Formats: sequence, structure tokens, C-alpha cells
Amino acid sequence: MGRPARGRATRLIAAAAAAGALLLTSCGNADETPVLTWYINPDDGGQQALAQKCTEEADGAYRIQTSLLPNDAPAQREQLARRLAAGDSSLDIMSIDPPFIPELAEPEFLAPVPEDVAERTTEDTLEGALAGAMWNDELVTIPFWANTQILWYRKSVAEEAGLDMDEPVTWDQLIEAADEQEKYLSIQGTRAESMTVWVNALMESQGESILVDPSAGAEELETALDSDAGRKTAEIIGTIGQEGLAGPGVASLDENQSMLMFQRDNGSFMVNWPFVWAATNAAAEEGSIDAEIPEDMGWAEYPRVDADTPAAPPLGGINLGVGAQSEHPDLAYQAIECIVRPENQTEYFVTNGNPPSSASAFDDPSIEEDYPMADTIREALDNAAPRPQTPFYNEISESIQDQFTPVSTVDPETTPAQTDAYITEVLRGERLL
Amino acid sequence: MTATADNVPAEQRSRRDRREVQAVKSDRAKDEARLGWLLAGPAFVIMLAVTAYPIAQAVFDSLFSYRLTAPDERSFIFLDNYILLFSDWVFWSAFLVTLFITVVTVAIELVLGFALAMVMHRALKRIRGPLRTAILVPYAIITVVAAFAWYFMFDINSGFINKWFSWVPGISAELDWFANTGTALTVIMAAEIWKTTPFIALLLLAGLAQVPDELLEAARVDGATRWQLLRRVIIPNMKAAIMVAVLFRALDAFRIFDSVFIMTYGDAGTEVLALLAYRQSISRLEIGLGSAVSVVLFACVLLMCFIAVKMFKVDLASGTDTGGAQGGGEK
Repeated sequence: MGRPARGRATRLIAAAAAAGALLLTSCGNADETPVLTWYINPDDGGQQALAQKCTEEADGAYRIQTSLLPNDAPAQREQLARRLAAGDSSLDIMSIDPPFIPELAEPEFLAPVPEDVAERTTEDTLEGALAGAMWNDELVTIPFWANTQILWYRKSVAEEAGLDMDEPVTWDQLIEAADEQEKYLSIQGTRAESMTVWVNALMESQGESILVDPSAGAEELETALDSDAGRKTAEIIGTIGQEGLAGPGVASLDENQSMLMFQRDNGSFMVNWPFVWAATNAAAEEGSIDAEIPEDMGWAEYPRVDADTPAAPPLGGINLGVGAQSEHPDLAYQAIECIVRPENQTEYFVTNGNPPSSASAFDDPSIEEDYPMADTIREALDNAAPRPQTPFYNEISESIQDQFTPVSTVDPETTPAQTDAYITEVLRGERLL
Repeated sequence: MTATADNVPAEQRSRRDRREVQAVKSDRAKDEARLGWLLAGPAFVIMLAVTAYPIAQAVFDSLFSYRLTAPDERSFIFLDNYILLFSDWVFWSAFLVTLFITVVTVAIELVLGFALAMVMHRALKRIRGPLRTAILVPYAIITVVAAFAWYFMFDINSGFINKWFSWVPGISAELDWFANTGTALTVIMAAEIWKTTPFIALLLLAGLAQVPDELLEAARVDGATRWQLLRRVIIPNMKAAIMVAVLFRALDAFRIFDSVFIMTYGDAGTEVLALLAYRQSISRLEIGLGSAVSVVLFACVLLMCFIAVKMFKVDLASGTDTGGAQGGGEK
């Protein structure tokens, strides 16, 4: 029995191999469609779907294949920067986190955006998202989607605190409410990019920027944390840290952990990106959290620092850039035009939870169904402020993360001044980071 | 006289013979040497290409101020990167933490490894095979995977250690192991010890097997106690094995990276030299500065090798099989 079976198996394998070889050679000969590689950040498959859709629409002009970048934004930057510096020609389309754009644009690692493409793709782009796509007053990437944080709250907690959530609330009010009810505030206290996001939002919400002059070189670049705005920023972060208002695990609170904390019994208020809505609903459906929680979940504009000054929530998202060494920059920009069309942005929002950067994409009625807070998000995007735009963003961000963690040690009298000095020394090459 | 006269030619003859023998031998030796080179040559060339070249490149790069995203601003600054390193507390802190981890883990591993080796050698001869395999399991696990396992065990959000050991003073549900230097280093070192003790145990087991039974018997006949047996007979006879184990582990421990990278990423004062090099080169893209850290790390490792080989006379070539200086063991 054994022998004939083995013989048949061998023949089968040989036949399969021969067929495979034939298939390969025939493919190689017939298919000369230019292949565009799109380096995507991990998502729920939305970019892959868009790549397929636009490939079909291109009708043989090009084929987009996706290649996955690492999980977090700094690691994505590392890979892109290394490949770009080495002259990798496979970087046709790249999904780039806005704060890292100047660093890639300054050494001309990005292919220039053709004027007509720039015009067509930014017709109705929201202001914040457009600002994040520029460097030196020039559009260097195309906005694809824009992200922002809003304030999420447990209705029960807000009610007990007597807060009118239709009106803007301040950080001081949140701190007081959490303190009184012995609840935890879901902020991001871990040493990561999210810390810079928070510090920047607190600064911008007071009408101040971290950088004095963003266009300055490494030798002249100065930060303005040692100011009244910087001290108030440190005071808010330090108070939450010292009073343990973000729970015992504050040092490991990233966006996801702070959402999980918000979902527990001691959750109260949370600043976070819109992904938490879909994630919380999914968890409630699955039964891993109390089914009542989505009902108890409200949303409002990002908390203010000063009651009379409008908040400037964080700005995130993804822009699409083309590598300077790409062999098909024209096709890449054609593909980008297809990808960022408003209806595609709408679809991407509904399926993946990432808000559009185009104003008209918000008009689609399907958005309102899945994201009842879409209007709040859109308003937040209008007011959102980008993080410091400079080729040295990574140094500045890592210095802020270093100095503002652990949050319990943040002191308004010393931390801002130390951070300023630290950043200056790092940028001048006088110390390690 | 005759004897002397006879002696001279005889001596000359024997010298000539010896020379001839030497010539014959050296021909053969030459052939053997040539064969040796032919066999080892390709591997040697590949070794040079994959180690010497990158090392030379790193030394060269470390003399430049070179940022990957500013290729036009690359400039020669000679030893400035090193001066910056040695004058910065961040470097010294990373250096001391690395040294601390090396000393503590190697010391504990040596004691534990010796105990494990004794157990395997003495008490459980019959199940030595399966036992050796079982003990080796942690060593076979990929370091990154082991680091994640330890991280999730102790993590304040997902870990079970805080719950299980809440009866131990100092451990409670609110303890964040990775937020303080002491507790974070404890977990990192525990993970390292758990993972690499088997390696030391196996090296020491090989050393234990080389201790001649006759010596042990003789000592027993002389009325030596167990402690005396251990101190005076066993340890001196496996000194070479111990030194090799310590050297290998120390070199390995000094280059610790994965566990720290996964568990704290250098947070809470747990930064080590390899991570510092990684952060400068890969995350800051400061190739010059990162290369300088790497070169210093390499120099430290070389120094450790040198000290071990020269001062403690570790005979790497003889390894663990002949007992090095003792020269014993012809089993």
C-alpha cells in the first residue's frame, strides 16, 4: 500500500511543481503592469482594501501592493528614514505620521507634489490636517486621514459631579471631580509619543507653542516650556501624577490601557482618539465588559486649560508621501489621488474608525450612524494644533517624554526649565538622549 | 679520548638525524598547515567580511558627526563623540547598570548553575538525560519571547504576580514593577538568570565529569569532609570549566539588550549600553554617536576577554574537556 501511494504523491508533487513553474513564467511574461509598493501603518485592513480598489480602477495602469510598517509611529519613522536614506526605490507610497514629515522633507527624501495633484487633493482639506502636510510653506505630502482627541466621559460620573457637559470643561474641573469621587482619569502617562501629544495639547490650549521658531536650525532652535503656559502644563500633569488620579499603573498607561481603565468601575473621564468608540462597543458586544458601558459613555470637546480659551486638541492622522527614489512618482501620485478621494475617506472612517481629513467626507450620512460624535470630531479637527514641526521633532519629543515621566515627579517649578535646557543641549550635540 | 672522539661524530650524526627528522616533519607540517588554511580559509574570509568590516566601519563612523536624515552635514569631528560620551552621566549610568546586571546575574547563575550541575552529576544519574533536556528548556526559548513572558507576568495591568504574591510584604495590587529602578532591574535580572542558568549548569556539568574519581576516593580515605572535598578537590579540578563559564556568561550578560528593550525600553533608570547604542543609531539616526557607543561597548567586551585570558589564564582552546592547567582527565 505504502509504495504506490508514495509514487503517486511524488508524481503529484512533480506535476504541481511543473504547473507552478509554468504559471510563474507565464505571469512573468504577460504581466508588465508597474507595481507600486505602499508602506502602510497597521490598521483594520482598510488600506489594503483601498489598494485593491484603486488597482481595479487603474485598469492595468498600475498595481498597488501593500507592505506593513511596525506598530508604533516612531518605529515606522525609523524604518522609513533608514530606507529613504539608503535610496530604496521601493518606497512608492508611504503612510507617514505628520510630526515626522519635516525630517523627511528637509533632506529632500520625498518626491515633490505635482501642482495639479496638490490642488485637486486639498480642495476641502480641514485646516489642521493641511498644516500638518506642509513643510517650508510647501505641500510635501497629501493628507489621507486626520485624527484628533476628544473628551470621553462616563455620564454617571459627570452627573454626580454636577458638570454640564454641553459646556466646555477645564482640566481643573476634571481633576476635582475624579478626586472627589475617587475615580481615575484616563490620560496617557507612559513614556511614549503620547506624552508629547498631551504636553503639546496643553501648551497649544493656552495659545502657546512648544517651539519659539520652528524653522530654526539645530543650533538656534529654542523651546518655550519655561513660561507661564509651560508651568501650568506641568502643574496639570504633576497634580494628576502626585495625587495618583490616573491610578497605580500610570507609568504604563498608553492609549489602549487608558481606554481599558476607563471601561472599568473606576473610570471617569478620558482624553483619547476616536478608536475607543468602536473598540468599547465591540468589547460590550463580545461581553468582555459590562454591556451598559457604551450607554454611559459621553463625549465632548477636549478639556480646556483656561475656561475662556478654546482648547486646541491634539492632531494626528496619516499623510501619504512619495519617495524621491521611486521609479514611478507620477503613477504613485495618480494612485494617491484615488486613495484620498472623499468617498474613500468616508469608507475608511466607517470601516476602520479613522476620521477623514476632507471636510466633505464628513457629509456622508453613513458616518453619523456609526459615529454619532462625528460632529464633535470635525469641530475638534478644525481647532486641532499639530505637534512641533521641525526636522528635529524626534529629539524634542524624546526629551519631553524623558522629562515629563514619571508623571508623579513633574514639578511646575523645575520640570519645564529643565526640559528646555535638556532639549537645547541635545540639539547642540552637548549631551546624549 | 676515543670515547670523546667517537662521541663527537655520534653527536653530530644525531643532530643531523634530528634535523632530517625535523625537515621531514616540517614538510608534513607545512602540508598540514596548508590543508588547514584551505579548510579554514573560506570561513576565515567570511568571518572577516561579516565582523571585521562592520567593526572597522563603526570605528570610522564614530569619528564623524553624522545624522542619517542630514547626509550633507556629515563632518569629521575626531574624538568629539567619545568626549561627549565620557562626559555624560547618561553614558555612565548605562555603563554602571550594565556592569551591575553582569556582576549580579553571573554570580547568582554561577551558584545556581553549580547546584544544578551537582544535582545532575550526583543524585540523579539515571534520569540525567531527560533532566538535562528539561533544564535546558529556558535556554532554548528565544530571549524576546522569554522577555515578553516575564513582562506580562509582572505587568500591573495583565500580570498575575501581584495577585499571587500579595501576601509578601511590599507586593500589592498597586505595585508597578517597571516604574522603579530597583523592582524593574530585579525582574530583568530574574528573567536573565532564569534563562541562562542552564547554560552555566551544562558547562559546569562537563567540568564536574572531568574531576578524577581517584582523587575523590583518595580524599575520602584521608577523611575529608564534604565541604573539604568540594573546596579542595572538586573546585580546583574544574577551575578551567568555571572560568570558561564565567567568561562566556559575563560577555553575554554585558551585551544584554532584548530583556531591557521589551520590558522597560530603558525607562526607570534601566538603560544599558547596548540599548543606548540602539537608541542613538536607530532611533535618533545619529550614526556617529551610536557608533561611538558601540565601539566603547566592544572595547569593554575585549577588555573583559583580555583580563580573563591573561590574568585568570582561561584557556579557551582547551575548553572544558581537558581541565586546562590541571591537564587531568584522560577518560
